[in-house]
Amino acid sequence: MFDISPAEWTAILLSLRVAVIATLVATPFGIALAWLLARRDFWGKSVLDAVVHLPLVLPPVVTGYLLLLTFGRKGLVGGFLAEYLGIVFSFRWTGAALACGIMSFPLLVRPMRLSIEAIDRRLEQAAETLGAAPWKVFFTVTLPLALPGVLAGMVLGFAKAIGEFGATITFVSNIPGETQTISSAIYSLIQTPDGDAAAGRLVIVSVILALGALISAEWFARRATQRLHGN
Amino acid sequence: MLRVDIEKQLGEFSLSASFSSEGRVIGLFGASGAGKSSLVNMIAGLLRPDRGTIVIDGETVDDTAAGIHVPTWRRRIGYVFQDARLFPHLNVAQNLDYGRRMNGLAPDPAQHKRIVDLLDIGALLDRRPGKLSGGERQRVALGRALLSKPRLLLLDEPLGALDEGRKLEILPYLVRLRDEANVPMVYVSHDVAELRQLATQIVMLKQGRVTSFGGVKVLT
Repeated sequence: MFDISPAEWTAILLSLRVAVIATLVATPFGIALAWLLARRDFWGKSVLDAVVHLPLVLPPVVTGYLLLLTFGRKGLVGGFLAEYLGIVFSFRWTGAALACGIMSFPLLVRPMRLSIEAIDRRLEQAAETLGAAPWKVFFTVTLPLALPGVLAGMVLGFAKAIGEFGATITFVSNIPGETQTISSAIYSLIQTPDGDAAAGRLVIVSVILALGALISAEWFARRATQRLHGN
Repeated sequence: MLRVDIEKQLGEFSLSASFSSEGRVIGLFGASGAGKSSLVNMIAGLLRPDRGTIVIDGETVDDTAAGIHVPTWRRRIGYVFQDARLFPHLNVAQNLDYGRRMNGLAPDPAQHKRIVDLLDIGALLDRRPGKLSGGERQRVALGRALLSKPRLLLLDEPLGALDEGRKLEILPYLVRLRDEANVPMVYVSHDVAELRQLATQIVMLKQGRVTSFGGVKVLT
């Protein structure tokens, strides 16, 4: 039963690559946005907050279609990127990473934002009185104290990215070896007459990955609390 | 050394203080709510005056008429808070070293040793702040502020969070600091006994106004 075929391995490895790249690229943006939402008041803040959360409530097929319209070869941004920078998203694994990154972004940002909000700002004041410029305060006090939340956000975002289906298949289709992730492979397999065993194996892999991510996110959250209490 | 002439409106409360001192330890005395902490925060640059000037060691750090406001991190002050505020993710040695690193100062092992000895914190260097007693934390906070080589040390009720026994444990360190560390201090307290022991000059605040200024004798 647990003899994973080369085709299944391809899907698993592709899913991992897509999710890792999506998470790594999204993280700096996530931290910046989390900080902005936690610390700054500006015009349009609630609109920005809503836009970030939109992929969570929008039908994934709508997000995928919007991505196709924007980042497709004929799309506004996609056309420009393909023409001048040679970057193509549509029907490529990079497009899958983009779709996964956007779909998982709300989950990635949330723990980061919460951990930045939980930091005692008086510690940052103390750092300032000791001669630390604001950007140094961020890197030596804010970020280290928020680190468990940042990691928890990355883990959750990764877990979401690895399971993303609707937006990905709409945007980049279901091409084995290029855009066929675990989810789209399962989808294809359960539509083939003898696919049940293979689908079952991939289902088990998904469950293990998701559980692993949730357990480690929980562990990071606990570490965060300990860290803030100075133990 | 320190010249202050400021006005600040904080909600219903208005603070208006003017004094100038060359004293080694300026005691800022007043009941809670008299505006002591706001005044110290303004000297530190954490709060901006509505109007007026603040001059530290000959450098104008605030002058509202000229549009000058030097940010806290460039004021070269040390600040010991009532609640120590040690960095929980760093151990004691790293906390002590923080100000030197941020200011890009060369390591000064002699001064480091002198201050660690003066405050008796040599045995705590490997510990995390969470594993320190209140008194130990406050001594580390003192060391951390001093090791950033400030030109003025601000102490906002540094003994306020400690019980009587602990206070008596820390006071001698503060006296030694005054006599040996050679850094002028602004010491905020509502405790007459503490100020009698430490201060060389007193600024008395009452409801946001300076009511008297002079030697320790004004504390009667």
